[in-house]
Amino acid sequence: MSTETTTARSERRSRLSREDLGLLLGLPILCAVVLGAWAIWRATADLDDIESRALAWGNILTLAGEHLLLTVVGALVVVATAVPIGIALTRPGMKRFATPVVGVANAGQAAPVIGVIVLFAMWLSFGFWTAILALSLYSFLPVLRNTIVRLQSVDPTLVEAARGTGMSNATVLRRVELPLAMPVIMTGVRTALVLLVGTAAFGTFISAGGLGALIVVGITLFRSPILISGGLLMAVLALLVDWAGRVLEFLATPKGM
Amino acid sequence: MTQSTSSPSTERGDAVSGVEIVFDDIVKTYAGTSQPAVDHLSLTIPAGEIVMFVGPSGCGKTTSLKMINRLHEPTSGTITIDGEDIRAKNADELRRHVGYVIQGGSLFPHMTVKQNIGLVPGLLGWDKQRTAERVDELLDLVGLKPDRYRDRFPRELSGGQQQRVGVARGLAADPPVILMDEPFGAVDPITRQRLQDELLSIQEELRKTIVCVTHDIDEAVKLGDRILILTEGAKIAQYDTPENVLAAPANTFVEDFVGAGSALKSLSLSRVAEVDLYDQTSVKVGESVADAKQRATSAGHTSVVVLDEQERPVDWLWLRALQGETVREPADERDLITISQQATLNDALDSMLVSTHDGVPVTGAQDRYVGVATFSAVTSLITSKNQQAQETSGDAIAQAPDDADLEHATAAPADTEGS
Repeated sequence: MSTETTTARSERRSRLSREDLGLLLGLPILCAVVLGAWAIWRATADLDDIESRALAWGNILTLAGEHLLLTVVGALVVVATAVPIGIALTRPGMKRFATPVVGVANAGQAAPVIGVIVLFAMWLSFGFWTAILALSLYSFLPVLRNTIVRLQSVDPTLVEAARGTGMSNATVLRRVELPLAMPVIMTGVRTALVLLVGTAAFGTFISAGGLGALIVVGITLFRSPILISGGLLMAVLALLVDWAGRVLEFLATPKGM
Repeated sequence: MTQSTSSPSTERGDAVSGVEIVFDDIVKTYAGTSQPAVDHLSLTIPAGEIVMFVGPSGCGKTTSLKMINRLHEPTSGTITIDGEDIRAKNADELRRHVGYVIQGGSLFPHMTVKQNIGLVPGLLGWDKQRTAERVDELLDLVGLKPDRYRDRFPRELSGGQQQRVGVARGLAADPPVILMDEPFGAVDPITRQRLQDELLSIQEELRKTIVCVTHDIDEAVKLGDRILILTEGAKIAQYDTPENVLAAPANTFVEDFVGAGSALKSLSLSRVAEVDLYDQTSVKVGESVADAKQRATSAGHTSVVVLDEQERPVDWLWLRALQGETVREPADERDLITISQQATLNDALDSMLVSTHDGVPVTGAQDRYVGVATFSAVTSLITSKNQQAQETSGDAIAQAPDDADLEHATAAPADTEGS
């Protein structure tokens, strides 16, 4: 009895595994170190006209801001569409549509973003929202699939217990199924975020902005400082977004699980 | 099918808070099957009784249970609770007034004990204060200290504790009817026996109508005021009191199901309350050790049962282990095995197997200490019971030849416990 409660307590303390804790604390430190080193190089390096214009602090901040905006808005669009669709596809009567819809989402992820984004731009128009459409389609699958799979695997006796206490179907979803599914759904969201931050680099091709611009400029003008800075900044941004995803995942996990 | 007319619980005469449930010609056919799972079941479950549904797996007992709170809908026929057709109300509304307890407790892992128990009151719109008070009251009722357990999550509880919370959740809104689906199937035998005892003492107080599905005939005999034995298609093989089911099985199916050892089954019918308890010296926490030792020695005892302020047994110590000025509470939460007076002789023997002394402390109302059931007291009661049974069936002589105890019991049948 007493040993049992001690284990329970130590379990509660170790809700964050050592590995998770390392990632949660280590990643921002790593990013800060890399960014700091890059900033020192930027401040001291001997750059020509084109390089210093492309790597001007204001320009870098604008591009990073655009990149982040593409990522965050893309993620919001994905969550706002994939989660409700995933929920709908696990309700009785809709289950048979789950396989075809996941199939379409699969195709969305299989198609190369660079192609899709350009096709959409030709069809619709250049700019931010077209990029969002292409990016969301690309990162739709992990959130949809995780939502469906986790909701399907909620212990049916728990759902029956919930119905047995007199909860309506909507209440069972809100108070039992979704909280239990939340950690896995958030893992899907983190995957989507990572996909988005990587593919947002293509935004620059259809004038939607983002850090991809640095790479394009670096390649076309043979300026490796610009090219490398672009790659480095994108990598750091991706790591930070992944970190933010982990924090979200942690916060979304209900206590007691 | 035999149906006894006298209710075994009328003599208790307490206020019955349960209500009657009536199945009228219920048929349930699942889509895609030709044989109905429940085939024309008609049944009356009297108010304030525990009715156990037993039968082989697939006999439709669980389906029948779940039709009462409309988790399954009958294909035809009507079920009434307290005279009211259950289809008169919205199913969610109905379920808020029918307690539901399932195997393992099925607690929601992301909710605390308090939130789990407070679910139905919350759905019924009770205010927070009232719900919180009710939660504490129920935790006390199922034997968990509210201060300690209220804010825990299910995974911080043992299996038995989870099941207790599950029972508390079923009782939360004080429903007149409680449905239990194999409630104690997932816990170890000793814990199961305790939970059963607790359920019986809770029921003695509350007098709900409890419908309980089990596959364990011993559990059915122990808990049930009546037992409903079902064959495939939920056809009634027998519906009667445990005594009658054991004494007069209606047909060979029941005979087979109840099992061959009917004499042993009577172990499940006799309660610890019938045993001559031994008055083992007891001492209260806080009493002086010298006094305690003196009392025990003068009674000729080498050990004492330690009671807490509420006179609940918490420890059973050899005198040499009694040290210091005053009797202290056991340091860590030592789990002393005790049994209630409602426990069966079967349970008593089980408990003795794991006891470190020759017997097991017995508790009465509010878990108060009433004495010790010793091994010899229990076995002599069993012997005399068997003797009585054999005498009535007329083959006592054939069985009794060289057993001294039996001879003794035959010689003085008047001394044995009258049940």
